[in-house]
Amino acid sequence: MEFFLISMLNSVSYGLLLFMLSSGLTIIFSMMGVLNFAHASFYMLGAYFAYQISGWIGFWPALAIAPLLVGMVGMAVERYGLRTVHKYGHVAELLFTFGLAYLIEEAVHLIWGRSQVPYAVPPSLEGAAFTLFSTDYPIYRVFMMAVSVSMLIGIYLTLTRSRIGLVIQAALTHPQTVETLGHNVPRVFMMVFGGGSALAGLAGVIGGNAFVTEPGMAAAVGPIVFVVVVVGGMGSLAGAFLASLLIGIIQTFSVALDYSIVDLLAKLGITIGPDAPLAVVWNLTISQTGPVLPYLLMVLMLIFRPKGIMGTREG
Amino acid sequence: MNKLKYRPLNLGRWLVWGGTALVMIVLPLIFTSGFTLTLMSQIGVGIIFALSYNMLLGQGGMLSFGHAVYSGLGAYFTVHALNLITDGAFYFPVTLTPLIGGVAGAVFGVIFGYVTTKKSGTTFAMISLGIAELVAACSLMFSDFFGGEAGVSTNRVIGKAFLGITYGPSIQVYYLIVGWALICMMAMFAWTQTPLGRMANAVRDNPERAEFVGYDTHMVRFLTLVLAGFFAGIAGGLSCINYEIVTAENVGAYASAGVLIATFIGGAGFFFGPIIGIIVFFTMVTAVGGITQAWLFYLGLLFLLIVLYAPGGFASLIMMHVPVIKARLMRRLWLPYAATLATGMILLTGLISVVEMTYRFSTEAGTNPNMTLFGFAFKVTEGVPWAIAAGLLVGGFIVSRFAWNAVGRAWGDIIHILQEREAAA
Repeated sequence: MEFFLISMLNSVSYGLLLFMLSSGLTIIFSMMGVLNFAHASFYMLGAYFAYQISGWIGFWPALAIAPLLVGMVGMAVERYGLRTVHKYGHVAELLFTFGLAYLIEEAVHLIWGRSQVPYAVPPSLEGAAFTLFSTDYPIYRVFMMAVSVSMLIGIYLTLTRSRIGLVIQAALTHPQTVETLGHNVPRVFMMVFGGGSALAGLAGVIGGNAFVTEPGMAAAVGPIVFVVVVVGGMGSLAGAFLASLLIGIIQTFSVALDYSIVDLLAKLGITIGPDAPLAVVWNLTISQTGPVLPYLLMVLMLIFRPKGIMGTREG
Repeated sequence: MNKLKYRPLNLGRWLVWGGTALVMIVLPLIFTSGFTLTLMSQIGVGIIFALSYNMLLGQGGMLSFGHAVYSGLGAYFTVHALNLITDGAFYFPVTLTPLIGGVAGAVFGVIFGYVTTKKSGTTFAMISLGIAELVAACSLMFSDFFGGEAGVSTNRVIGKAFLGITYGPSIQVYYLIVGWALICMMAMFAWTQTPLGRMANAVRDNPERAEFVGYDTHMVRFLTLVLAGFFAGIAGGLSCINYEIVTAENVGAYASAGVLIATFIGGAGFFFGPIIGIIVFFTMVTAVGGITQAWLFYLGLLFLLIVLYAPGGFASLIMMHVPVIKARLMRRLWLPYAATLATGMILLTGLISVVEMTYRFSTEAGTNPNMTLFGFAFKVTEGVPWAIAAGLLVGGFIVSRFAWNAVGRAWGDIIHILQEREAAA
């Protein structure tokens, strides 16, 4: 029970972090049709900016400044990069963001070096929030969840209650009509792209010190975010939310479970010796298969339900 | 139905293919150093790999982020086959072992391809990425087959020498690669002329119309992917013979990204584009990579510039000059080009200075601030070099924009003249 509760809390905090990344990606995708390969790179930039700024003026200002900086980088990327390649079609846009992800990783190598940087949790957020049975649950995890949830509510209110949110929603489906009504749709696109990048940056600020801040972090989390978006359904925010939590649960639980098919069959009274055919496969434990599970889920999803959990369109 | 067929002797094609073969055969006799031989072997394998990738990207319009899956698995099957041959489990000539890799690549093409090719565009790109990650993650799980961190190594010298060929010396391996590269290049070019190759182009350009004509677009894409997997597997098998080791990197994301970048830089729209791309790519990897740690940064920048301003790659840049040369209008371009080159050099100098100084500053500012750049020795902690570098960067950017605009005007004039001549004719 203790293991289950703690793992569940960890899953939720990780899942919410994933949602901060995938929500931006989903909104950008459904608005502009661009699958932003560099989205996880903005997450990494957020972590590195926060590391640099918190070294100068502390963590709390960094929490606000770093995402804004990342958002500005995102807007510049949309204005001077994506808009230029837009005329060549979606494949060119995908390639552009792919190249950008590559370039950002190399720029991080050049500026901050190839090993991880000591971006730590601020002292005021160290320690335990509460004790569950015998395990201390860290404050920082609770803080992460609080930031994610308040961001979530913030996005929801902005999209459904504010004027700009309504314009964005209208531009999702009827960009030409919105343009005819006198709104500057390209500027809306730029702001959405900047906003999505800023969200990824914020996820980096709070995720960078909870995990590790290193040049490989974008490449590690990027494919997972794609899995979330595909499994949830391309362009569906609610689907992305469910899929984020699902992937969070899968990844957290699979790490800790040391059972294999052999163990399961042994419980049922069937023994498989080490000489049995495909013994390697039967002896794999769930924790060993952990890294594969999200991708397996994605591939299975694409075969059996290509529009994802909540998606409305295919591909 | 006895139709008289007349096919003129296509002299240009014979010249191009013969010239390519001659260059590949003669080059190691001119450049005899081990360094260039290694580079040329890499390029030879890379040409097969990139051309097979271009069957997807250029001919079929499928952007794949996981092509190394097929070459990597082909390499793994070849390495295990070589080890089994060494153990005497069965007999197979080493010369033909890349075929084992090719068959493995094609088989995995059948397995993965049926799912991935249902859609093209973004969906295909995503699933190819998912499969690549799946295989990469599996490579760490099944260490019996993939050899874990260390990989699987082998020995390409097996049995008695046949006509003095043992594949011990690397020059023999080079000629093996050249032989396979020429065969594969011709086969892949021939494929573009077959009905399937033509249909792949049709499905790329307008899948809806292709379906209305009565073709199954999924099947066309699927067959294209299986064939591309076959040639990628051959490339993987050759790289296995060349290096005598296969590691998880062979199926990894970086190998997939590398072939994508090389193909796109060269130009996916033309058959010979990937060949140029792979030559540029490996020259940058070895030549620039030997000088500076930041070579990946320059490569990424080159890739981005190509995506932004010349999406047809180097091949399209070359080909767009052919009508201009035929119309004898090149003289209008020389001056703007020379100006762009000169000002571009200033910009490039500024860029390289800033990048290299940033790199040195971030790594060794405290321990070793002395550095030499373009023959000037200075301390990276001083302000003056930074000011000069930044000045070159900004100044170069401004003047090169003037030169670039002049190029644009010259091209506008040329297109105008060409159109007028066409209208007059």
